[in-house]
Amino acid sequence: MLTKKAQKTMPKTDVVVIGLGWTGAIMSKELVDAGLKVVALERGDHRPTSEGAAYPGIADELSHVQRFRLFQRMKNSTVTIRYNDESEAVPYRQLGSFYLGEHVGGCGFHWNGMTWRALPEDLQIRSKYIEKYGEDFIPKESTIQDYPVTYEELEPHFEMFENVCGTSGQAGNLNGKIIEGGNPFESPRANDYPNEPLKTLYSGNIFKNAAKKLGLHPFPIPASNASKPFTNPYGVRLGPCNYCGFCEDFGCYMYSKASPQTTILPALIPDPNFELRTQSEVIKINTNDAKDRATGVTYVDKNGDLVFQPADMVLLCAFQIHNVRLLLVSKIGEPYNPQTGNGVVGKNFAYQYNTSATIYLKEGAINNPFIGAGASGTVIDDFNGLNFDHREGNFIGGAYIAATNTGGRPIAQTHTAPGTPNWGAGWKQGKKEGYQRTISLNAEGSVLSYKDAYIDLDPTYTDRFGIPLARMTFNWHDNEYRQGDYMAKQLTKICEAMENVESFSVQKITGDWDTRNYQSTHITGGAITGDSPKNSVVNKYLQSWDIPNLFIYGASAFPQNLSYNPTGLVGALAYHSAKAIKERYLSNPGPLVK
Amino acid sequence: MKKYDSSRRKFMQISIATSTMLLIPRAGFSQTQNHNEMYVPQFFNQEEWNFICAITDQLIPEDELGGGAIAAGVPEFIDRQMLTDYGTGALFYMSGPYHIDALPTLGYQEQYAPNELYQHAIAQINHYLQQKYQKQFPDLDAETQILVMKELEAGTIPLQGISSSTTFFNLLWKNTQEGFFSDPKYGGNKQMMGWKLLGFPGARADFMDFVDKPGKPYPYGPVNLAGKRG
Ligand SMILES: Cc1cc2nc3c(=O)[nH]c(=O)nc-3n(C[C@H](O)[C@H](O)[C@H](O)COP(=O)(O)OP(=O)(O)OC[C@H]3O[C@@H](n4cnc5c(N)ncnc54)[C@H](O)[C@@H]3O)c2cc1C
Ligand code: SF4
Repeated sequence: MLTKKAQKTMPKTDVVVIGLGWTGAIMSKELVDAGLKVVALERGDHRPTSEGAAYPGIADELSHVQRFRLFQRMKNSTVTIRYNDESEAVPYRQLGSFYLGEHVGGCGFHWNGMTWRALPEDLQIRSKYIEKYGEDFIPKESTIQDYPVTYEELEPHFEMFENVCGTSGQAGNLNGKIIEGGNPFESPRANDYPNEPLKTLYSGNIFKNAAKKLGLHPFPIPASNASKPFTNPYGVRLGPCNYCGFCEDFGCYMYSKASPQTTILPALIPDPNFELRTQSEVIKINTNDAKDRATGVTYVDKNGDLVFQPADMVLLCAFQIHNVRLLLVSKIGEPYNPQTGNGVVGKNFAYQYNTSATIYLKEGAINNPFIGAGASGTVIDDFNGLNFDHREGNFIGGAYIAATNTGGRPIAQTHTAPGTPNWGAGWKQGKKEGYQRTISLNAEGSVLSYKDAYIDLDPTYTDRFGIPLARMTFNWHDNEYRQGDYMAKQLTKICEAMENVESFSVQKITGDWDTRNYQSTHITGGAITGDSPKNSVVNKYLQSWDIPNLFIYGASAFPQNLSYNPTGLVGALAYHSAKAIKERYLSNPGPLVK
Repeated sequence: MKKYDSSRRKFMQISIATSTMLLIPRAGFSQTQNHNEMYVPQFFNQEEWNFICAITDQLIPEDELGGGAIAAGVPEFIDRQMLTDYGTGALFYMSGPYHIDALPTLGYQEQYAPNELYQHAIAQINHYLQQKYQKQFPDLDAETQILVMKELEAGTIPLQGISSSTTFFNLLWKNTQEGFFSDPKYGGNKQMMGWKLLGFPGARADFMDFVDKPGKPYPYGPVNLAGKRG
């Protein structure tokens, strides 16, 4: 398929966008507004809110969560997974620890909406840790590196993304002034969030009181679930969230959760300079013989025909793992070699490491877990970034600890009371008790990058077109296990300080990465950003070092993983790039960093 | 603050009492089996259907809290699922080579789609039980059924061509819970009994009026996707 000649060539366009999820929508809108002709190729279908998220059909857990209604058809394509270089990878046959999106809106249609700004030290991780703890504190096998862009440079772009999303939150640091009730550790913001925070729910209140008692600093999670009716900078209107409890894995029928559908597409799709082609799966980025210029992309259209779309600029917006795979199959850039450490494509693949607590409340507690929103919850940042002393726990990175309430859906979001048998007599009783009386805390932790964690092409398994699948080689390292020990201690203290608790248990990951149960879709790296072509695939504007008319968006750019959910930073990096393209690249199309 | 101590738990005492009660072999499944007798399985043959009815009845038995898997229509739910894209494996990557002995943490690696896994597993389990007890699963007394289920769960019943009996047991248990708790339109959760058990309001999906009342009992019963109240 990769070597076949296209049956059809389309008229040339200024810009071709691969994938119309969050980053594809942002970049299409920004460049259409700059007067360019943009063609977006999306492998899935068009799913406007009125079709993909209409009530009552949306309130169906079996179809959306258990049967992955909005997600990638694994039959067509997947990835393979192994823990180390020595073993053979096996396919990720069913979605498990991370989900892959498909269709217009991408994962942005059915995400939770937690919208974070990176901490300054997240972006300068290597130098800030060396500065504070010395060179030896960084594990030898780790390949973490600084971003080539700082928090200060990204600040206005974080703000733009929050304004587009109508993010609901409480500022903690406005231009250096610490504000009560917000996150005192956050980096200075020029302006407050566009919407006030979501309401604090039952578990959030209990957690908040316990955290305060311990001298910690609870605040509401920044949520792109609009707390009020809101009109964003593109003139698109969002409705107020009604805490429906069918949020992550679902589209939002209330038009409250920010998604490309609810924030950008209504202003983009009618634009005559924009064209969307659905059921169009890109299989290759085409280049000239010298491999210093992208000429366009090749895709399979809805009839199964192979089509060439020529373009002056190619924007790769297909989501982290698909971005990396498209680069590898298109033979763009030097693939990373874990033995020599040479090559950059596929380098620094990372994930997140979670520690959690399950709390069983006293008899009579009524938690009403079905009342929830994708990002409703209370959180502390006291054990994140450089906000605490890492010498005690002896690890790099951190976690945010949160009590979230996203829905209490009966198949996948229920707990049984402690001591309940797994099944059979007594199970129903334990399920009933556990439903109202259980709350949980999650410490979502960062993960370092390592020499032996990377992405390449699988030698055996292929997609429906016979093109090799991406292969993930990844497992936890000692730094993460030590983080788990430390977070488990903090979780224990918090649980002990909580009111109305009958008993609790703390769970930390000890063995291999378990790919079976959902953890998060925050997979990162593989086409990382850096300050030189030797250590990265893209420069600070997400422009390919090798091919200046190719830009690569999404969490594939992260040199290592944050503890935060990625999309705030993904969005800010996209707006930062859009500005450079509009102000500098269009008048002088060449490398933006020399 | 104490860590979990199940022996103190009230519901455990209840459940111990119930399980002793249930050790007495029961005639048929329960008074609510009629519904499932009316349903004609579309995918399973008679032997498979009898197995599913008997085992799901043990997974979620009827008790003082109300109907179990049989009354909720779980066997019908599972049968109907077998013919969907899920059952036939069309949702999953199902291309070889297969490494069914891969580490369990690497996820489902079976060479069979879910519906084939059911068929292969049930036939082999019944064959094994025939050799050991001269009976098939539905004909065993309740005590032995539970013992066999514990072995299935622990992976100690040998199944050819399947990674382990645990895989099959987990799939069956997952589907059973899905049938107990999903919208009634899929054939299970009859009368929304799974939702009523928990106090889950079903497809209401609007809590604007209740978000300010933490700790208060929610006053409304469930509604389903068809708009019926439970
Ligand atoms: C259940 C869930 C919950 C999440 N919750 C949060 C959260 O609370 N906070 C947060 O920050 N992040 C969250 N995320 C992650 C967030 O959704 C992603 O970070 C974000 O959507 C990434 O944007 P993207 O543009 O890189 O990719 P996407 O939004 O996924 O868009 C990629 C698009 O490209 C298309 N595509 C892929 N390959 C091709 C191809 N070859 N040809 C054509 N089209 C192609 C895809 O179909 C898709 O539409 C969550 C994700 C999931 C799945
Ligand atoms: S919880 Fe709120 S934001 Fe989420 S889907 Fe429901 S109404 Fe939309």
